[in-house]
Amino acid sequence: MTPSRRRSKPLRLAAGLLVLGALALAGCALKDYPQSTLTPHSDLAWAIQHLLEQLTFWVVLIFVLVEGMLIVTVMRFRSRPGSPEPKHVHGNTALEVAWTIAPALILTFVAVPTVLTIFKTQAKAPAGSLEVKVVGHQWWWEFQYPGQKIVTGSELHVPVGRTVALSLETADVIHSFWLPIVGGKRDVVPSRTNHIWFTADSVGVFPGTCAEFCGISHANMHMKLFVDTQKDFDAWVAAQQQPPIEPDSTSLAGKGKAMFLEVGCAACHTISGLSPGIIGPNLTHVGSRTSIAGSTYPNHPEYVSQWLANPQARKPGALMTNLGLKPDQIAALTAYVESLK
Amino acid sequence: MTTTTAPVAAPAATHEAGSPSGLWSWLTTVDHKRIGVLYGVTAFIFFLIGGIEATLMRIQLAKPENTFVSPDVFNQLFTMHGTTMIFLAIMPLSASFFNFLVPLMIGARDVAFPRLNAFSYWVYLFGALFINASFFLGGAPNTGWFGYSNLTSSQFSPGHGVDFWAVGLQILGIASLAAGFNFIITIVNMRAPGMKLMRMPVFVWMTLVTSFLIILAFPVITVALVFLLFDRLTGTNFFQPAMGADPVLWQHLFWLFGHPEVYILILPAMGIVSEVLPTFSRKPLFGYPVVVYSGIFIGFMGWGVWSHHMFAVGLGPIADSFFALSTMLIAIPTGVKIFNWIATMWGGRVELKTAMLFAVGFISMFIMGGLSGFMHASPPADLQQTDTYFVVAHIHYVLFGGSMMGIFAGLYYWFPKMTGRMLDERLGKAHFWLTLIGMNVTFFPMHFVGLLGMPRRVYTYAPNMGFDAMNMMSTIGVFGIILALLFFIANVLKSRASGKPAGNDPWGGSTLEWAISSPPPPHNFGTIPTVHSLDPLWAKDGAEITRTAGQVRGPIHMPPGSIWPLVAALGMTMLMSGMVFGWYVGIPGLVIMLTGLYSWSFEPCD
Repeated sequence: MTPSRRRSKPLRLAAGLLVLGALALAGCALKDYPQSTLTPHSDLAWAIQHLLEQLTFWVVLIFVLVEGMLIVTVMRFRSRPGSPEPKHVHGNTALEVAWTIAPALILTFVAVPTVLTIFKTQAKAPAGSLEVKVVGHQWWWEFQYPGQKIVTGSELHVPVGRTVALSLETADVIHSFWLPIVGGKRDVVPSRTNHIWFTADSVGVFPGTCAEFCGISHANMHMKLFVDTQKDFDAWVAAQQQPPIEPDSTSLAGKGKAMFLEVGCAACHTISGLSPGIIGPNLTHVGSRTSIAGSTYPNHPEYVSQWLANPQARKPGALMTNLGLKPDQIAALTAYVESLK
Repeated sequence: MTTTTAPVAAPAATHEAGSPSGLWSWLTTVDHKRIGVLYGVTAFIFFLIGGIEATLMRIQLAKPENTFVSPDVFNQLFTMHGTTMIFLAIMPLSASFFNFLVPLMIGARDVAFPRLNAFSYWVYLFGALFINASFFLGGAPNTGWFGYSNLTSSQFSPGHGVDFWAVGLQILGIASLAAGFNFIITIVNMRAPGMKLMRMPVFVWMTLVTSFLIILAFPVITVALVFLLFDRLTGTNFFQPAMGADPVLWQHLFWLFGHPEVYILILPAMGIVSEVLPTFSRKPLFGYPVVVYSGIFIGFMGWGVWSHHMFAVGLGPIADSFFALSTMLIAIPTGVKIFNWIATMWGGRVELKTAMLFAVGFISMFIMGGLSGFMHASPPADLQQTDTYFVVAHIHYVLFGGSMMGIFAGLYYWFPKMTGRMLDERLGKAHFWLTLIGMNVTFFPMHFVGLLGMPRRVYTYAPNMGFDAMNMMSTIGVFGIILALLFFIANVLKSRASGKPAGNDPWGGSTLEWAISSPPPPHNFGTIPTVHSLDPLWAKDGAEITRTAGQVRGPIHMPPGSIWPLVAALGMTMLMSGMVFGWYVGIPGLVIMLTGLYSWSFEPCD
């Protein structure tokens, strides 16, 4: 083992540099990789990141050492003309004990912080956290703020610097709630309630997605996290708590409102004070959201009308019924939905 | 073929006299070597089918928002790719080696139950055809290879895809169980005189451990699949949350099978590599007992780690900690094996034939897969990695870089024994280097695209996520792997026809199969050797074993061929497929199966 010991110092350095390099690359890349797991923006994500850094250090070190040993061995003992017949060695107890203990030691270095992090991150959320109930649906996320009496879909708003305690449930199959920027994923499982909590540390808009295969449009089950300043968050809450905007009944949006009740939208969608449906997303303030259809498309009249015309074309398997709407109905409904700021 | 009585001079003559050719002889064969070849060829064809499925997926993912295949087809492709590679390609490829080699390596004339062995193969073939028939009969399964409940319920998967999947896996499970019992009994009872357990080749040891894993793990998935089929076909509520059931039960049952299954896939390759390395280092395996005990320990520990597939489920900090620690513990015997393999080469005379290149490639790539596995053994880290392409990279370093490289090492090593001809080394080396480069170009970027946030099992991704370049790279890499496989196929076709004759022992191996002719006669050994050491052909009496192994000194009783295992297998597959097709397939199947079993039971054996 002398050759590898001789090499171990520069190798350790090299391993360290590699880790740093990877992290530096990751650190400056949020703009290019908006869903990256390597750019933590919360206490939870940082706890994971610290563990990942240690793991990466050991893994890169072991990788370089063992692959190095393998290559050196193959090169050094490669058969050449006139190589002597090798001596038949059957084993060496001291060596074998050594390379059993070495990995065991490394394991201890990793196991201790692992267990500490598990218990730290899975402890009960601190009292006074902002509580949000997350419900996974095929194929969109619902967010309920019981304290604020707000229900919204696909876009989660939280204040920066305040702990948010999520309770996670599903309306149908297993999904996995994943906002990489604020922490690891957590499955939503029928007949169970899961928990996750985090304190976001910087303002911004970050993408997330469903991570557990949940049917044909699993790939289209996205969400957005808005980390707002406390002021912006309070303003958002106040706006969401308003009753829905009442359009002038002669306007296009007003016709859309009548249409909403007439063609059957009301059966699945809630608009506060207007309709009680709970199968699809709550639309009371849908016009204030930046995206539609499980955060797959921007909330723009063009996309909304395409969506209304044929939901399954924009999102395969979407459970929203294709009502066979006529262009004028679509125009009116689009105007109404877009008015619900 | 019944009894060979006359001593025969030329091994080639024995082969011709003893092995009738023609389709019927293959349908009725109970010769473990022919069954091994059948397994190998069939499994390789399914490996290519699984590869085509993978290629279609990679083309779809080459660029964002691609529309090469529809979402539903994509979901069928990844489900069938996983199912095919695991159950129809890698497991039966390993079974091919078990079949061909175990009797030869332990100095036996066949396996303990030759007709049961044929039955295993036919059940595997029919089960594989059944599950793939779903592509043409209303759509293949589309819920992923671990088919999580309650997505697989009739409510969320109303088509027949999941039924094909569940019934197909049941059928394949019967093939695996029959083979598992057969090899345990063969290895325990039929070793040559003097071959104590601790003188068995490591490959035989790993076959034994794998067979135990098979017979203990498959009952678990059988139970889970019975529950699932009951839920789907008869309206029970094993996994129906609406009726108070917990769908996580499926995950526990599946992974309690699934993790031992991972070792079922990798241990045979470890056994192969443990045979190839000593031969091409001209040096015995370093620390044989430790390698064997590590293999047993890995097989044993494989039962205590299943929930590391479920860290995101929310099982609580105590369960997460337990399964994290037990998983990390497996790194120790795995590491020990790797060090022992390297130490085997240390001080040896390493001949880099293609078989050896694949063996070294196996170690190198398996280290990668092992280390990424070590990273998600830590639950908090796993919560960012699970269900992303990072895990896809991990599983492919273990199963492609690991299992498949090991299997290719074995193929280059034993092809001369199987066919009597050498594979071409130049084509072989091209195959190896292209495989190594192709797989790394394909799978290495997946680590990063996963850490950068790409979930697995998505048929599309948005263009502004930073996933484009790495996905394109992965797709390009696939074509490197395809090119490599073309070299391999060309090599096999060319060498089978006109390869250099191999002779008994082209590599100077130490195990008993090298003492007899290539290909071996139907009865394998004219005289069963007596074994006095771990590496019999390298020991003092090695020359004596080689001299006498071919000599036939009296009548040898070999079991006659039989068509009934095939008939029973066909009937059983029809019977079980009746759960999908209806009673008019099931009832005739029952009749055919009973006819087959009855005739099999009362067939004279001499």
